[in-house]
Amino acid sequence: MIAAPIPAPLPTPMSVAPRPAVMQAEGLGKTYGSITVLSDVTIDILPGEVHAVIGENGAGKSTLMKLLSGHARPTAGHLMVDGMPVDFDDAAEAEAAGIVLVHQEILLAADLTVAENVFLGRELGRGWLADDRAMDRRTAAVLARVGSAAHPRDRVGDLPLAQRQLVQIARALLEERKVVILDEPTAVLANDEVAALLDIVRSLRAHGVGVLYISHRLDEVQALADRITVLRDGRMIGTWPASDLGQREMAELMVGRELSMLYPRKRDAVAAAPILEVIDLAVDHGAAKASFTLQPGEVLGIGGMIGSGRTELMEGLMGLRPSHATKVVVDGREIAHRNVTAMMKAGLVYLTEDRKGKGLLLDEELAPNLTLQALDAVNPGVLLHRRPEVAVLEKAVREYDIRVRSLTLEAGKLSGGNQQKLLLAKVMMAKPSIVIIDEPTRGIDIGNKSQIYGFIDRMVRAGMACIVISSEMQELVGIADRVLVMRAGKIVAELTGEAITEQNVVYAATSGRHESEGRAPG
Amino acid sequence: MTATTTTVAAVKEGRRIRLGDLAPFIALAVIIVLGALINQNFVSSANLLNVATRSAFIAIIAVGATFVIASGGLDLSVGSMMAFVTGIMIMTMNALAPALGDWAILAGAGTALIVGMLCGLFNGVIVTVGRIEPFIVTLGTMGIFRAFITFMTDGGSLPIDRSLREAYRPVYFGDFLGIPYPILITLAVVLLGAFLLYRTKYGRRLTSAGSNADVARFSGVNVGGMRTSAYVIQGFCVAVAAICYVPRLGAATPTTGQLWELQVITAVVIGGTLLRGGKGRVWGSVAGALILEIIANVMVLSDLVSEYLVAAVQGAIIIIAMLAHRFTSSR
Repeated sequence: MIAAPIPAPLPTPMSVAPRPAVMQAEGLGKTYGSITVLSDVTIDILPGEVHAVIGENGAGKSTLMKLLSGHARPTAGHLMVDGMPVDFDDAAEAEAAGIVLVHQEILLAADLTVAENVFLGRELGRGWLADDRAMDRRTAAVLARVGSAAHPRDRVGDLPLAQRQLVQIARALLEERKVVILDEPTAVLANDEVAALLDIVRSLRAHGVGVLYISHRLDEVQALADRITVLRDGRMIGTWPASDLGQREMAELMVGRELSMLYPRKRDAVAAAPILEVIDLAVDHGAAKASFTLQPGEVLGIGGMIGSGRTELMEGLMGLRPSHATKVVVDGREIAHRNVTAMMKAGLVYLTEDRKGKGLLLDEELAPNLTLQALDAVNPGVLLHRRPEVAVLEKAVREYDIRVRSLTLEAGKLSGGNQQKLLLAKVMMAKPSIVIIDEPTRGIDIGNKSQIYGFIDRMVRAGMACIVISSEMQELVGIADRVLVMRAGKIVAELTGEAITEQNVVYAATSGRHESEGRAPG
Repeated sequence: MTATTTTVAAVKEGRRIRLGDLAPFIALAVIIVLGALINQNFVSSANLLNVATRSAFIAIIAVGATFVIASGGLDLSVGSMMAFVTGIMIMTMNALAPALGDWAILAGAGTALIVGMLCGLFNGVIVTVGRIEPFIVTLGTMGIFRAFITFMTDGGSLPIDRSLREAYRPVYFGDFLGIPYPILITLAVVLLGAFLLYRTKYGRRLTSAGSNADVARFSGVNVGGMRTSAYVIQGFCVAVAAICYVPRLGAATPTTGQLWELQVITAVVIGGTLLRGGKGRVWGSVAGALILEIIANVMVLSDLVSEYLVAAVQGAIIIIAMLAHRFTSSR
């Protein structure tokens, strides 16, 4: 497929700007020691516009956000707010100037209430006394504004992830803002929640706030942005009116080359005896009586909203959560006592969606991480052997294109995409026949995404079977041979062939929601 | 992706050595030099051997504590457990002495090892199966073991049988080629501990359980089993310390091993093991135990500071060690 020619970037700042910019950066750069992570970025944010910043991981988006919001100081260039030069010592100064950054990670105190979190560090009150009622009232107001169903007195730790994200946004919007910077705000949200969030952004725009919007989801960017700035390798590629760029052009500008097909070509279906047969699997507090089968050489997608029980079902299957099943048959053999050891021995591996919390030991080096699950295979006997550990690491780094400066790096120092590849290499060390991957490409850039799809394709072509849980409908449509859709802990639809479309997945995942009332467990 | 990033530097053979890992040993060297400057007698080989011998108990228990802490646990009961095991051992030996003669010592030592490991198993099972904070569990067993030894000694002293004293004495006071047995036993325990923790798959799994229990569980590691086994190793080490300790005073009393748990944890933490788990420094713990004992020794030898303030200096050391760690690791 030949992409449309990409229009030349506009001179920046936009020469025809109808309104004066609320915030401008000129020649902005940041170096750490001898390493330049960002150089010569010139960008402006107009009041009442959504300005999207896109780029691969490591392109410098996060650094740019930090410089603009006072979380880090630029080493080159300067910032202006309302035409006046500013120099922020810290984030508090930037906030005082009306600039606020909503972090990608949830930075809230889990044991405090919603209101306590929203007002943390700026509590209302008379003298030493906190005025809880006033804070609750204002919190309720700002929650309503962002469309959150949470109550000010809810404990944040009890809220689902998406609600916590909204609380975090509410906290940022408590005061009047000139510029709101949103860093990947939809990374943890399911589709209906994304739609609500986009509405919040639109209402901010309507109120004259300048929004800087960072996202990996190009469809969102296209739906939302007025202008788009592309960063690549710490440099600015240009700024375009959103109407000039399609998703394919955006992707190509980010990657710096024409995208070959993002998804590998699908394989022809092969008829074979199922390698996995699950009958009536019920997971405590997660999923009810699910039955399904899996063929060798097949990618089975699991769709549904976050909290619909997808992760719970698979963790239950693996014996990582309390669960009961009438029957689980792997490769013709029934597994009587399911626990994680027995399931792994039977040839199943599970790649968690929570790669930092449950996937990798961030303080440990690459080799111990890689071999943890397959220690016995790498080290026969009782002892550890350094040589085979290094050998398998070198092989994995080559095979999975894990990009590292040194093989003795800690896993926590890798970028998200490389961590995901390391995690994939880790579970593949166990030589599985069934690979369950939960959110294979969450929070990673498009180049790594494409590679991960390639790895999945390679493993099923080699005769393994793969279950992919994903909140990205496009991803399911792109890679799955068959899709099960879950809603409120139940499998509600099975889609095959031409029927696998985003619309069908969304419809199955959401229709009838009003009957089951409110949120699904999870 | 094009060649924007290049990959893979050559792997350096062997373990990387970080400055932070050497800190306890550097501190030990500095304290020895200071000791030598303050008092000439300090560096006499007799004094140094004496100090090392006296630190043996804390060092041996600290090796076990390194396992517990690296696996994500904590054991406050070690001091009381030591006293309890000592009491059981003496009672066993005394009861068997008429029948077995000197062989009663071996029977007593064997009993001590079994009782120690059972005590550890008890702690471990309650922590892992009962899912209760290690701090609370071992705070409870600390009181239980202490009460048991007080009961067993009837509030007084429980001495070993006169007939066994002569045969048992060398275990603490004897030496091999000039090196006291307690030092040799410590060395054996440390070598075994370091081997187990660094060179075996068991050690790797144990550390992963302490580093992040979820990651370990998702990788098929039996986290509960690992943690429980660490407490059993701790109990074993406590028993070994008890076996060395009995001939020193020849009796168990209600104050035997009192506050040792604090010294042990101090030694482990000074040695560079993180209290939050996931890293164990066996040799560091031994260096920590030596540092504590040397400070006490230097203070006794010198007239600069009253020896009643030894505990204060040791307490200050742990805080200073943590501050140093904070400033070196946060860059």
